[in-house]
Amino acid sequence: MTEPSNAPGPLLSVRNLTVRPGNALPPVVQDLSFDIAPGEMLALVGESGSGKTMAARSVLRLLPAPLRPDAGSSIRLKGAELLTLSDREMCRVRGARIGMVFQEPMVSLNPSMPIGRQMAEALRLHQRLSAAEIRDRSLAMLERIRIKDPAKCLAAWPHEFSGGMRQRIMLASVMLLRPELLIADEPTTALDTLVQRDVLDLMVELTQEQGTGVLLISHDLGMVAKYAPKVVVMQAGRAVEQGESARVLSAPAHAYTRSLIDALPRRSAGGHRDRAEAPPLIRVEGVVIDYPGRERLFRRDAPKRAVHGVDLTIGTGETLALVGASGSGKTTLGRAIVGLVQPSAGAIRFEGHDLLQPGAQTARLRQKMQIVFQDPYSSLDPRQRVDRVVAEPLLLDRGLSAGDRRDRVRQVFEEVGLPWVLAERLPHQLSGGQRQRVAIARAIVRNPAFVVADEPVSALDMTVQKQILRLIRDLQARHGFACLFVSHDLGAVEQVADRVAVMENGRIVEMGARDDIFDRPQHDYTRRLLDAAMLIDRSFGVGAASAAGAGVPA
Amino acid sequence: MLKFLLTRIASAVPTLLIVTAAIFALMRMIPGDPAVLMLGDMAQPGQVEELRQRMGLDQPLPIQFVTWLGKVLSGDFGQSIATGEPVLPLIFERFGVSASVVLIAVVLASVIAVPAGMIAAWRQNSLGDVAIVGTATLMLSVPSFWLGLMLLTVFGLWLGWLPVVGYVSLADDPTAGLLYLIMPVLTLVMVEAGAITRMARASTIEVARLEYITHARAKGLSERAVMWRHAFRNAFAPTWTLIGLILGSLLANIAVTETVFTIPGLGRMLIDGIFARDYPVVQGCMLFIAFIYVAVNLLVDLIYPLLDPRVAA
Repeated sequence: MTEPSNAPGPLLSVRNLTVRPGNALPPVVQDLSFDIAPGEMLALVGESGSGKTMAARSVLRLLPAPLRPDAGSSIRLKGAELLTLSDREMCRVRGARIGMVFQEPMVSLNPSMPIGRQMAEALRLHQRLSAAEIRDRSLAMLERIRIKDPAKCLAAWPHEFSGGMRQRIMLASVMLLRPELLIADEPTTALDTLVQRDVLDLMVELTQEQGTGVLLISHDLGMVAKYAPKVVVMQAGRAVEQGESARVLSAPAHAYTRSLIDALPRRSAGGHRDRAEAPPLIRVEGVVIDYPGRERLFRRDAPKRAVHGVDLTIGTGETLALVGASGSGKTTLGRAIVGLVQPSAGAIRFEGHDLLQPGAQTARLRQKMQIVFQDPYSSLDPRQRVDRVVAEPLLLDRGLSAGDRRDRVRQVFEEVGLPWVLAERLPHQLSGGQRQRVAIARAIVRNPAFVVADEPVSALDMTVQKQILRLIRDLQARHGFACLFVSHDLGAVEQVADRVAVMENGRIVEMGARDDIFDRPQHDYTRRLLDAAMLIDRSFGVGAASAAGAGVPA
Repeated sequence: MLKFLLTRIASAVPTLLIVTAAIFALMRMIPGDPAVLMLGDMAQPGQVEELRQRMGLDQPLPIQFVTWLGKVLSGDFGQSIATGEPVLPLIFERFGVSASVVLIAVVLASVIAVPAGMIAAWRQNSLGDVAIVGTATLMLSVPSFWLGLMLLTVFGLWLGWLPVVGYVSLADDPTAGLLYLIMPVLTLVMVEAGAITRMARASTIEVARLEYITHARAKGLSERAVMWRHAFRNAFAPTWTLIGLILGSLLANIAVTETVFTIPGLGRMLIDGIFARDYPVVQGCMLFIAFIYVAVNLLVDLIYPLLDPRVAA
C-alpha cells in the first residue's frame, strides 16, 4: 500500500524486505514494503520483537551478525539499490546520505572521546573541510540546538551531559552532515515526558529545515499520531497495516492495530471509583531527604536535597499517584516510605506509628509494606525459581508449613494470572510481563496494607502495560491495599489513580483528585506535563474515542 | 584532576604502612635470635648481649618498629650479614636487572596480546578467534619454570643458539646482553600474553555490543576506524588494570624465572638471602618489592583517567 508519489520519486523505497538469521530459520522481518518521499516522516510502529528495529537497520546494512536480508529484498535510496553496494560504497552512504539516531543516549556516544571530536569525525570523513570550517560548523550547529556554551561543549565529555542533552548533541552531530534520510530508532524512549517533547520538536525542526526524510521507529502510538503523517504497523515481522496515520489510528482496519490503540491508557479504561474519604493509613510529615554530595574536581558538592519537606497522606485502600520528571524526587520519596532510604528530617507515620523511630514495632509494621520495582529484569534473583521468589516473604510467618506456603503461592499465582506451570521456571525464562506479575505476586503474597509501585509498567510493551495496570486495579479492589503509584507516565496514572500528587524539584507543587488535576490543573508545571504527554485522545479526539468505543477527550 | 591524583597518592600511604608492619612482624616471628645468628654458634653470651643492645633488640617491639621505620624512611635498610654491605644499593643494582627483563616482557606481551585479543573479539567465533583463544589458553596453562627449562633445553643445549647460563648487563655489552635476555623474556611473554589476550578479547566483546560502536559505523567509518578509534580505548581500560597487576606480580615473583636462567636479579637476591638467613637482605628485598608493587598499581590508577575520563569525574 504505497501512495503514488510526485515527480522526483520516493527518497527511500523498501520492497519485499525479508530478514532472517541463516536460510532455514524463520524471518524476523517478512515481506516488508514502504516508501518515504523526500522530506516526509514515516513511522514504523510495533511492540518489542516486531522486527521494526531490524527493518531500520537493514536500510543502513547494520544488521547484527547472523541476520541477513533475503535475495529478493530491495532497498533503494533515490532509485539506487543499497543492498548490492560494496562495503566501501556503503560507507559513503552511511552518515553522509543516511544518518541514524539511537535509543539509549547513555551509551550511544563514545565515553572516551570529547564531543567535538565525535561531531567532527563524520564531517571530516565525508566532506573536504579545513579544521577551522569543521569547528565553525559544529559551533553553529550546537548554537542552533540551543546549547548554552558551544565552545565549552566541544571540549566536554559525554558523561558531563544529561540524557536529554546527549540526545540533542547526537541529533546535532548527525544533522550536521545534512543527510537525505534520518533513521530515528526510539529516539526518546529513554527520556522524560517533557524532554521527549523537546527532542522530538527539535528533530522535526531540523529535518524540516533541511528537507530530510525521517524513518521513525517507535512503540508509542501517541507520539506517532502527533508527529508522523504516515505509519506502518508491524507485528511479528510483518506489516499488518499502513497508510496515513490519521486514518490508521482513528479507523484501524486490522485487529492488531486496534488492540494497540485499545492498550493506550485513557482514563475511561480505569473507570471511576466513587469512594468516601478513606481514613489515612500513611502520613508523611515534613520529610526531607538528602544525598551526600558528589566529589568534583577540587571540591565536594554540597549534599543534594532530593526531597524538600514533603507532606502527604495516603488513605486505606487508596491509590495516590506521584508524578514528575526524573530527578524530581518521586522515586526517592517512595523508597523512603518503605524504608529503603533514610530521610534526614520529618516523620513517616504508618497507622499512627512513626516509622523513622527504630524498634520492634517499626520492624513489624514494615512487613505490611511492599514495593514493586520498575525493571522486572533486574528485580528478580536470576538464580531463584519464581515460585521460591514468591514464597520467600512467607518465611516470615513461622506458623506456616511448607505445604501451607505452597498453597498460598499457588493461590497468588492464580490471582496475578500466572499459569502454575511456570512455577519452576527461572526469571529469564519468562517474558517481561510475566516477570512483572511475579514481582507483583511477591509483593502481595502476605496481604500487605500498602504497596509502592515504582514505575511498574514503564519497561513493558503497550499491550502488556494495559494488562498489568488492570491487574493492579483488580488486586487492589479485591484486597484493599493502599498504593503509591510512582510514574512519569501520565497515561498510566490517569488509569489507576484516585488522587495525584505532582512533584517538581523535590517539592509537591500540586495535589488533588485525579480529575481535578487532569482537567483543571492549577500549577504551571502540571500544565506543561499534561501538554507534553502525547495521549492519543488529545491528538485524535472523537476518532480515537469512537475506535475504542469509549473515552472523553479532554 | 589534581584532587584525583592527590587522593590516589594519599591512599597508597596506609597500604604501605600496613605492609611494612606485616614485614616487620614476619621477621620477628622467625625463630632464632638475629644476634646469635650474626655472631655464630661460638659466640660468648656477653658478646650476644652487647650486640643485642647495639641492634636495639632489647627494646619493646613497638619501639623497635618505630626505630626501624625511621631508618627505612631515611634510606637505611641495614647491612647484609653475609657481606657487610649496605642493603639498599645492592637492591637497586639487582632491581635494575629484574626490571629490564620484566619491563621488556610485559611491553612485548601487551603489544602482541592486546591486538590479538581485539582481533579475536572482532571476528568472534571465526576460525581465527578459536585459534587465538586456544593458543592463549594453552599458554596460560603452562608453568613458567617448565617453559623456561624447555626453552633452555631446545635453544640452549640442542640447537646451541643461545647462551644457557649467566648474564651480561645491557649497559656493558648491548649485543651479548640481548642474547642473554631473549629466553627469560620469551618465557614471561608467552606465559603472560595468554591472560592479556583473554582479557582484551572479553572487554572488546563487551564494548562491541554498545550503541556507540553501531553509531560509529552509521557515520560511515570503516571497520578498522571503528575498531581502533572507538573500541580500542574503551576496551583497553580494563586490560590496562590487568597489565598493571601482571607487571607488579612479575616483579614480585620473578624469583622462579631468575633461578631457572641464573639471572642475578632481585628475586635471586631474595632467595639467596633466605638460604643464607641474611635477614636484613630478606627484609629489605621484601620491603622494596612491596613498595614497587604498590607504586606500579598506583601508576596504573593514575593513568587510567586518560583511558576513561569518567573515572576522574
